[in-house]
Parts: sequence; C-alpha cells; structure tokens
Amino acid sequence: MRWAIALHGGAGDIPHSLPPDRRLPREAGLRHCLDVGIAALKAHKHPLDVVELVVRELENYPHFNAGKGSVLTSSGTVEMEASIMDGKSKKCGAVSGLSTVVNAVSLARLVMEKTPHIYLGFHGAEAFAREQGVETADPSYFITPENIERLKQAQDANRVQIDYTQPVQKEEKDAAATIPNGDSQIGTVGCVAVDSEGNLASATSTGGLVNKMAGRIGDSPIIGAGTYANHLCAVSATGKGEAMIRGTVARDVAAVMEFKGLSLKEAAAYVIDQVPPGNAGLVAVSSTGEIATVFNTTGMFRACASEDGYSEVAIWDSPLK
Amino acid sequence: MGAWAIAVHGGAGVDPNLPKERQEEAKRLLTRCLDIGISALRSNLSAIDVVELVVRELETDPLFNSGRGSALTENGKVEMEASIMDGPKRRCGAVSGLTTVKNPVSLARLVMEKSPHSYLAFSGAEEFAKKQGVEMVDNEYFITEDNVGMLKLAKEANSILFDYRIPAVGTCGASAAMDSPLQMNGLPISVYAPETVGCVVVDKQGRCAAATSTGGLMNKMSGRIGDSPLIGSGTYASELCGVSCTGEGEAIIRSTLAREVSAVMEYKRLKLHEAVDYVIKNKLDEGKAGLIAVSKDGEVACGFNTTGMFRGCATEDGFMEVGVW
Repeated sequence: MRWAIALHGGAGDIPHSLPPDRRLPREAGLRHCLDVGIAALKAHKHPLDVVELVVRELENYPHFNAGKGSVLTSSGTVEMEASIMDGKSKKCGAVSGLSTVVNAVSLARLVMEKTPHIYLGFHGAEAFAREQGVETADPSYFITPENIERLKQAQDANRVQIDYTQPVQKEEKDAAATIPNGDSQIGTVGCVAVDSEGNLASATSTGGLVNKMAGRIGDSPIIGAGTYANHLCAVSATGKGEAMIRGTVARDVAAVMEFKGLSLKEAAAYVIDQVPPGNAGLVAVSSTGEIATVFNTTGMFRACASEDGYSEVAIWDSPLK
Repeated sequence: MGAWAIAVHGGAGVDPNLPKERQEEAKRLLTRCLDIGISALRSNLSAIDVVELVVRELETDPLFNSGRGSALTENGKVEMEASIMDGPKRRCGAVSGLTTVKNPVSLARLVMEKSPHSYLAFSGAEEFAKKQGVEMVDNEYFITEDNVGMLKLAKEANSILFDYRIPAVGTCGASAAMDSPLQMNGLPISVYAPETVGCVVVDKQGRCAAATSTGGLMNKMSGRIGDSPLIGSGTYASELCGVSCTGEGEAIIRSTLAREVSAVMEYKRLKLHEAVDYVIKNKLDEGKAGLIAVSKDGEVACGFNTTGMFRGCATEDGFMEVGVW
C-alpha cells in the first residue's frame, strides 16, 4: 500500500486556446497545492488533514471557484459550500450558504467534529462559524473582478453557467455549442488522499454556479454527490451540480467497485459515462494507492501524485510536464 | 401494464410505552393517507403526483414531524425540509430551511420543475416560494403545544431528540443503553416524539417516485440540515425503485441509504425485498433507521432496525397493511 493524492480545480469547457495569462496561474496553483499535499503525506499527516489543508490552499487561490474567487449568485453575492468525509469512519461534515467564512472546508470539518450534526447552512452556519472563531472576512474579500464580469456575461446571455464554460458569443444562441474564447470559466475544487495504511478522505469546496439563484445548493456539499469516501476509495466530483446530485456520482464510484467488482479506474470511467457529456469530472484514489482522474468535459484542472514518484499536472488529456 | 403499489411512513423508532391511543391515532392517519394514495392511483394519477399528494396530507396533519407539527429548533421555531424524486428520468427537487411555506414537498416539486436547480434553501427558497405563489403562513402555524413541551424537556435534558425513540430504560435496561446511537446523549425518551414522513409509489406504468418531509431534530441548531432533503440519503428514485428513509440522520447520510437500495438492485441485480434486507442488515453499521420502498414491478417493501416504524403499504391486488411494530 502506498500513499496517493489527487486534486482538481474544476471540470468544464476549458478551451485548448486558453491564453497563458489564464493558464499559467492555474497550473502554478495546482502544482503548489500538489506540493503541499505531498509534503503533508510524507510527514504522515492523516488524509483527513491532508485534504483539508489542500482544499484550504485551493480556496485561498483566487483563480479557482472556491473561497476567494468564488463565482457570484444572481444578486452579485457569494454563497460558498463544502463537504469533507473520512473513509474509515464515514464521518462527514458539510456547509452551505457561507458569505464571510474564509475557508468553508474547515468549517465543514468543524461541523463534523464539534456538533452532533452533519450539515449546517446559511445563517446557522455563519453563526456557528462565529462561535468557533474561524477566520471570517467581509463578503467583498471573496469577490474578484473576473467573476463580476462572468456574472454580467451570464446575465446578458440569461443563463446559468456550469463550473467551467465559455462566455457566450452574442450571436450564439445554442448554449450547448462551444466557441473558443480568450476568457475562461473556473471550477469547483477538491482533493482526495490515501496514506500508506489505506486511510482515505475526500473534500470538495465551491462557490457554485455563476448567476445561480440565492439559496441554490449544488452537489459539492452533498455527501454521495460531490464528495464520498469509504474503505474502498475517496472521490471528489466537479461539473454540473444538478447532474451529479441525481446520479449520486461520488457514491456510485465506490458502489460500482463494491457491487460490480470494477477497479477504481474502470468504476470512475463507468460512472462518468452515465452523466450527460460535458457535465462532469472527478478525481479518486483507492485504498491501495491507485489514482483515477476522469471527465467528460473538454478539460479538468487537476494534479496528482503517488508514493512511487509519479506526479502529474494537467488540464486536458495529456499531462503537462 | 404493471400493477401499482404504495407505501407511507411516519418515522422509524417507536417508544414501546407509547400510549395505545397515540398508536391508534397514528394508524388512522396512515390508513387515511394510504386511501388518498390508492384513490389517486385508481384515477390514474402518476407516481410523482401521488407521492406529493400523500406527503402534503402528512404535512398538513399535525401528528407527525413535518409541516404542521414539526419539531422545533433550539430557538423554538420551525425549519422544514423535504425532497422529491421522479424515477423515470431521475429528476429531483429539494428544499431546506423553510419557515413559512405550508407544504414543503410541493415547493420541492416546484424546484424540480420550475427552477434550473435541484435544491434551494433558506431565504432563497422562501423567495422562490413567494414568486411561485405557493401558500405561505406564519411560522406559528406549524408550532404545536405538544412540541413546545417536548422542546422544554429536550432543553432540560440538554440533549437532542431524534425523530425516533429508544426504549425506556425501565423496559430494556442495559440493551437500551447499548442500542443508543453513538451521537446521542443516550437518554431514553418515554414521551412521544414527532416523526419524519415519506411516501413511495409505483404507478400502473411502472414509474416509481419518492418523497420525504420533516421538521428535523427537536432542539436542533438553526441551519441544521438532515438527511430528508438529501437526494441519495433520505430520498431516491430510479427506473427500478423508489425509496424514502427515516431515523438517525447521520447514519442515513453516511450510508447514502436511499441510493443504496437502488444501487444493489442495479449493480447486484437484487430484487426489491432482498435489496431492502441487505441494505438494512449490512449498510447501517451501528446506525438506526428504517425505509419504505417500491419497485417498478409493483412490489412494496419496508425494513427497519429500530424498535418499530410507523408505516402502511398497499398493492393493487388488494393487499393493505398498517403497522407500528
């Protein structure tokens, strides 16, 4: 058994023509977060600590759709959500509707460890955050100019965008068609990890869909949809929340391994295949240190590494060196 | 054409000392709801319409823990949640944190059918409700004297009352302590506590649907979300079956209980009864819960590892049963 880690910064319609000023900071972010995770695993930190640490880093990075840099609701506000799960105990925590908490994933962990509940949302979650003394910031801290622009584009096009989509050209009426463009959308973040004892954990965090209705909850905080971990594997999913909820994507990877006897990679591919094209991606690790990163979108910002020295940072199908 | 089947529940985990007249009251309500559902099925309403209709009835009646008669938060208010799922295309809708919407299950259906999303909560959900013109009432409407009393007891005991009860210490002694769920303070509850409600239906066309509705845990933190609105945990429906769960929210979420029944039918090819037994036996660990389920072939099943579950079921061939134990 060996340790392994995989993380993502969102799946979606990421154009191959993504300009360097959009691509390089994200690649750097993925590399940095991967290094943080690897160091933690080498220092024998428990996977639950590792995924929380890595997702905190991803949340703090303004180029990904979580924490700072979260996409905006139709009212121009930020509503963040996250969940975390420990594979061995299947203990889990989740939060939704946060507007001032700097690290949603850490609050999700506190819900798991400091309350008799699993999931807190909105004003109740914010009140709990204050009780726990976690770091909070003015709502404006989370808002970036890029996201103000994305909201405007979505509202002009009068549609809700998934994690990562192209801005719609004025003449483009079909929302499903894709046109390469200089700008880019950004995605949910997540991390899965397994240590050399086979302990597994998963965490996912997001600002949700651009132009979403206030109060909309996606798949990221829903155990079984965006996040899942048990004794077999840990999964973090990204893409169109509604599709992941109805398909219980994260849970199904483990279910298919258990009930159909598929390997991690086969199970991940099987499950993503069931979701309509262009809607989903996931990262997963198994108890024996295997890694799977699968998506049916144009691309998925991701990075992974395992104890045997393998490491990869990638956006489309071929890894970037 | 296939045969229809329907099941309803009013919560898993019943105090063995529950007064007889309360048991009878519960059975009368379950019977009435079954009759409403059966009537609708005979009029060829679709499964999704029937589950909504029946759960509305359960929400409106103050007996169980949903809509009127919901458990109270630590602040003495009501925060309701619900979810609904339509098997054929796995469409789903869910709501949480409702304080003025008279029928949460109907708002969940509107989320599914009239919004681009699957799940809306708190003030966003209430805004949506206003725009949809659903019936809204003051929070006081949902609060019953019984529950005000229960909240006081819960606070005195400084514990959380789940929507099922463990046997009183007097009757079961040590085994009651052992049966106590890990996260509880292990206090026996000898007073009637309200229960989550749900309904599952398969219609003559073999379409399955499921819906679950609740006020949640007595004395819960404001903002607490349980299993009932979570697709895959409290509610699930696919081309093969419809499932609604009740019991310890944490256990149901960790085991993604509703999804599990459908998953073993899909991936292990188990039939409905085998699937329900398998899941209750193997997937709950130390958790306490119950569920009702129907299959596309007109079967109905229920399973629980608690002491009792308020439930009723009926099939087209005339079978009908209402039970507590």
